[in-house]
Amino acid sequence: MIPLNVNGRLHEVEDEPNTPLLYVLRDTLELNGAKFGCGLGQCGSCTVVVDGKPIFSCLTPISILQGRKITTVEGLGTEDAPSPLQRAFIEEQAAQCGYCIPGMIMRAHALLTTNRTPSEAQIRDHMNPNLCRCGTHMRILAAIRRAAHAMQAADATAGPREVRP
Amino acid sequence: MRRILFSILLIAVLAAAALFFATHLTIPAEQQTQRTFAPDVVRRGGEMAALGYCASCHTAGNGKPFAGGRPLATPFGTIYGTNITPDAETGIGLWSQAAFNRAMRDGVDRAGRDLYPAFPYDHFTKLSEDDLAALYAFLMARAPVHAPNRTNALAFPYSLRPLLVGWKLLYLNKGPVSSDQTKSAQWTGGAYLVEALSHCGACHTPRDRLGAEIASRHFDGGEAEDWWAPPLNRTSPSPVPWSEESLFNYLRSWDAGHGGAVGPMAPVVAALATIPEQNVRAIAAYIASTLAKPAESEKHVEDNQTQAMQANPQGAQLYAGSCATCHETGAHVPFTVASLGQHTSVHGPDPRNVIHVILHGIQPPEGTVGAIMPAFADTLNDAQIAEIVSYLRARFSGGPQWSNIAGEIARIRRQETSP
Amino acid sequence: MNAPLFTPSRREVLAGALIVSFSLRPPRSVAAEEQQNAGPKPKLPGSLKDAAMLDAWIRVDANGTVTIFTGKCEIGQGIKTALIQVAAEELEVEPSRIHLVTADTARTANEGFTSGSNSMKDSGTAIRNAAAQVREILIGVAAERLGVAADQLHAQSGAVVGPDNRRIGYGELVAGDVLHVAAQPASKLKSPEALKVIGQSMPRVDIPGKVTGGVSYVQDLRLPGMAHARIVRPPSYDARLQSLDTSAVEKLPGVLKIVRDGSFLAVIAEREFQAVTAMHALAAHAKWDVATKLPDEKDIFGFIESLPADDYVIAEKHAPAAAAAQSLEAVYRRPYQLHGSIGPSCAVASFDGDALTVWSHAQGMFPLRKAIAEMLHLSDDKVRCIHMEGAGCYGHNGADDAAADAALLARALPGRPVRVQWTREQEHQWEPYGPAMLSRARASLDASGNIVDWQYEVRSNTHSTRPPGAGQLLAARHLEQPFKPDAPKPIPQPEGGGDRNSIPLYALPNVRVVHHFVPDMPLRVSAQRGLGAYHNVFAIESFLDELAVAAGADPLEFRLRHIQEPRARKVITTAAERFGWASTPLPKGKGRGFAFARYKNLGAYCAVAIEVDVEHESGRVRLGRAVAAVDSGQAVNPDGIANQIQGGIVQSASWTLYESVRFNETRILSQDWSTYPILRFGAVPESVEVHVIDAPGQPFLGTGEAAQGPTAAAIANAVANATGMRVRDLPLNAARVKAAIGV
Ligand code: FES
Ligand code: FES
Repeated sequence: MIPLNVNGRLHEVEDEPNTPLLYVLRDTLELNGAKFGCGLGQCGSCTVVVDGKPIFSCLTPISILQGRKITTVEGLGTEDAPSPLQRAFIEEQAAQCGYCIPGMIMRAHALLTTNRTPSEAQIRDHMNPNLCRCGTHMRILAAIRRAAHAMQAADATAGPREVRP
Repeated sequence: MRRILFSILLIAVLAAAALFFATHLTIPAEQQTQRTFAPDVVRRGGEMAALGYCASCHTAGNGKPFAGGRPLATPFGTIYGTNITPDAETGIGLWSQAAFNRAMRDGVDRAGRDLYPAFPYDHFTKLSEDDLAALYAFLMARAPVHAPNRTNALAFPYSLRPLLVGWKLLYLNKGPVSSDQTKSAQWTGGAYLVEALSHCGACHTPRDRLGAEIASRHFDGGEAEDWWAPPLNRTSPSPVPWSEESLFNYLRSWDAGHGGAVGPMAPVVAALATIPEQNVRAIAAYIASTLAKPAESEKHVEDNQTQAMQANPQGAQLYAGSCATCHETGAHVPFTVASLGQHTSVHGPDPRNVIHVILHGIQPPEGTVGAIMPAFADTLNDAQIAEIVSYLRARFSGGPQWSNIAGEIARIRRQETSP
Repeated sequence: MNAPLFTPSRREVLAGALIVSFSLRPPRSVAAEEQQNAGPKPKLPGSLKDAAMLDAWIRVDANGTVTIFTGKCEIGQGIKTALIQVAAEELEVEPSRIHLVTADTARTANEGFTSGSNSMKDSGTAIRNAAAQVREILIGVAAERLGVAADQLHAQSGAVVGPDNRRIGYGELVAGDVLHVAAQPASKLKSPEALKVIGQSMPRVDIPGKVTGGVSYVQDLRLPGMAHARIVRPPSYDARLQSLDTSAVEKLPGVLKIVRDGSFLAVIAEREFQAVTAMHALAAHAKWDVATKLPDEKDIFGFIESLPADDYVIAEKHAPAAAAAQSLEAVYRRPYQLHGSIGPSCAVASFDGDALTVWSHAQGMFPLRKAIAEMLHLSDDKVRCIHMEGAGCYGHNGADDAAADAALLARALPGRPVRVQWTREQEHQWEPYGPAMLSRARASLDASGNIVDWQYEVRSNTHSTRPPGAGQLLAARHLEQPFKPDAPKPIPQPEGGGDRNSIPLYALPNVRVVHHFVPDMPLRVSAQRGLGAYHNVFAIESFLDELAVAAGADPLEFRLRHIQEPRARKVITTAAERFGWASTPLPKGKGRGFAFARYKNLGAYCAVAIEVDVEHESGRVRLGRAVAAVDSGQAVNPDGIANQIQGGIVQSASWTLYESVRFNETRILSQDWSTYPILRFGAVPESVEVHVIDAPGQPFLGTGEAAQGPTAAAIANAVANATGMRVRDLPLNAARVKAAIGV
């Protein structure tokens, strides 16, 4: 039994300790967000956020995740109540097949959590590990910029934001 | 008596001073327009520049090629690669061939300032007239880039350039690469490239307190930008013997027996991939001879899996989850070797290279074929990386366990965060 | 370069017969347009001609819910949304109240493959007409009920409304089989002015689920009791399984079954990662015999030229023209390139001992059913294929093969659904690639720089090895009793395969275009987005720029000089204006390029202008601004069209700058993203701007593949403009460009 904190809920999973998180998320917890793309750390389809950092869940054994906060795209928002990033992706219609998009959103989420005003160069550099084969890149970039503005606006109204370390 | 001594001393000093000034005169500026070069000389100069890896030190992160600005961390402070494009104001546009040759051979720039040996003139001094001419032609045929040089950040007293005169007296031995009549033309060509132009010793030979290569320990292994540079002689700990062929593969792209170049060696291989094959074969032939071991000393690849697992179950489990997916597939994943034990770094004196790779991964240049390894800096904490590193050492190397692994991990992480 | 254009060879002679038989028909270039527009007697529009009953397309249930059935698949092109818009428009129902069912052999019409950018032309047209006819039928029923003349009534948000505002919901009107009637050739379509939903950029219905982790792909399908399988493929195409020791693997946790049939080898386990672990173990215990002999990659084009070919003259046209003042000739090459779906192929199948159900992201459920039924010796009616989305496929990738794998494994484990997930390495090594192609172009200019003669020959393998033949399925070839692949066939004009878009759209007095169809396939190939159009447009539009340079003309003016068709001119000029095209020289290393094509010479018109920056020292090409204009006929969802063109431009840029399948004498070396690099964020264009030109009242034209060719040529032309050097071999990677520009 390994305790995993996924999207704020604690799960006790029976999978082998060296099972990559990706399979536990999809197979055991039945979450669809993280996708299998290569299993080799080359494409980012499986990207989730652990303690605020984007990681490849396909190469991350659950044994190292005890006591760490795991966030998947399901943890950001729902169809009815999407997070600012999810909303921005919908508003920009930033998907073709959409298979890479949850990974894109999670990588971008990690960036915007710590930096509300990334430069275009910073965004492109940060997103580099994630591949999209449909060529949706321009809209993904637009969605990230849009979300950054939305979040800045929200901050402005909400007052000072406490940034997690 | 004393007066005689005094005058001798005086004469000596004056002579030294005279010599200093004679060798440090400003060489008159020469206008670009006065120069024309034969295309094949420029082409050959291009190959020379690749073999000398000029671009790697003289090009900033994503700056213009040869326009300088790349920081080079040394024990004495940070030195910045200079602009060697033919820009009259900020580059070497006004340098004559004579000025260029003096910089390459004597480490003195056109204005007469002594240059720091981070610029390896102790190797370039052995270059032939022809090759200097070709290099000069190539550089002068580049597009001028206006990019002012950054001033070095060196601690006192190293910031005093005149001290370099003394350094040169001690360490700069000029003259051609010593040749060996018994050897093949290919070997001789390789020796010349390795010792002069490609300046392999600059990283692969240990340096003394004054930053000079220790001649008596030629190719005993050194360091580059906080990476361990393995020995290129009999002291190499590589468990898989190097052959001319495997060296050629490695230097050109990747070798199934030893893997591929990472860290500061990666741009070297990238450059060697662009030049005519025979140059790389020559280098391989020479290095193979310096590495040569008697047959009986041939090592085999260790794999103390069970002991390592018992000694460090935590590390074994982390390895199984994070590394095995790619590294335990019998080399079925591209750019992986059958066993991580085949990588020389696992057998090195310190864990730096292994830590660098685990923390930052490997990314080939955009659009090029090459190994991709994800960075684990955000996935694994220091303790977990330490477990993996010591597990790798215990499992794949017969050598003693590395000391202060955790300390090194923390130090290398700090480097990243500090600007 | 200066090789004779037509080498008289055994092939030519042998081809003579074909040439004759073909030149009996009108040259297809001329025929193309007529063939499309002038249908013979009134035939049913779009796919209605294959499935005439209205209720095969549209059903309305008692509570007024509308369900639309399409035989096409959503493959990331946004077809679901566009079809809902079309139906909503003619039915007068809010889009949100329409359900859409996509390809399912048990529920929808057979619309063949979702390919060739034909979905809107086939299904969109069928559904639009069916919807209009259903609307009129319901109005008719209401007229009787209310005892008023039909023209007193109109349809409005799911109801028929009468004079005194009496409304009868559709639900109340569908009693009986009113919709179970055959469609009529003519429909009362709404006039372009009256359209409210068509032409609006409606947000795609699938995106909210995809960004929040909904069940969106076959990869996400979880059936009760579902087991997980992985395949162990041979090391190379024809390697045969010699010996296998399963003892160790059987003992592994969760392993349910090891399936071996000839050289088809797989393992089924309870949980997914158990299957992964077992797959690695199984691979380690399998011995394969010596493998395929592949040609030398360095000389692949020489090898392809050495293979026998069937030659087809697909365009031949002679008219008096001015004397030739100069002639140019050039050869263009395109390597094997892979689809590289970001999600490797996957399928789920379930066998109850009698009938089989397969969930697949393949592009044709009906052909897939036929192939699987043949492979399993079942009758078609015992096999049901249901489409579920996968990651974008861009043509014929591993999807059908994965479905076949799942079918075989489900049969081996009756009563339990089996999910098969290919690995990245399997997708890269086993998918059928876009074929390597080469073409020779020769043209002459008169004294005033006009093209007076155009000769073009293209050499290629087939561009379709899709089902229905069982032998088209990878697993079927590895079985103890293997199935043979069907003999490769060229796809006839006007659509064409390797010769797609090989006939220039420009108005030229003398034209001869020959397709050398090469049946032997050294590497497995099939349809990849655009088929031959990607290469042919790259070649034709590059050559056009070379001719412009020879004529001392601006490439844009040179194109306009040779094209009359108004819609083509509109697209070309729009792209040029929005880009700010100029012939003024740019700073050293910078260049601009332009290209245009009408996909298949039948589909969407697309023009692309792009600027590049070539780094002299490395030869690396950086993409700047890209601007495109597209005319897809009546634009149903303009933003959807823009999205596809943007995607096409970025994807084609990746193909064009980097991509080439590597192989050695025995096996494929492009096995993952490290050995087959594609475009990453660090290198995408500065900006991509798409201008959609609506053509109200015009037929729907496919968009999905329109940008691939023009983008490749525009980049090549920009690189030539920046460096003064013409690179005619794809990809235009740094090493190749550097070699061209020299030190
Ligand atoms: S699936 Fe994890 S990086 Fe590709
Ligand atoms: S949208 Fe299809 S892979 Fe990114």
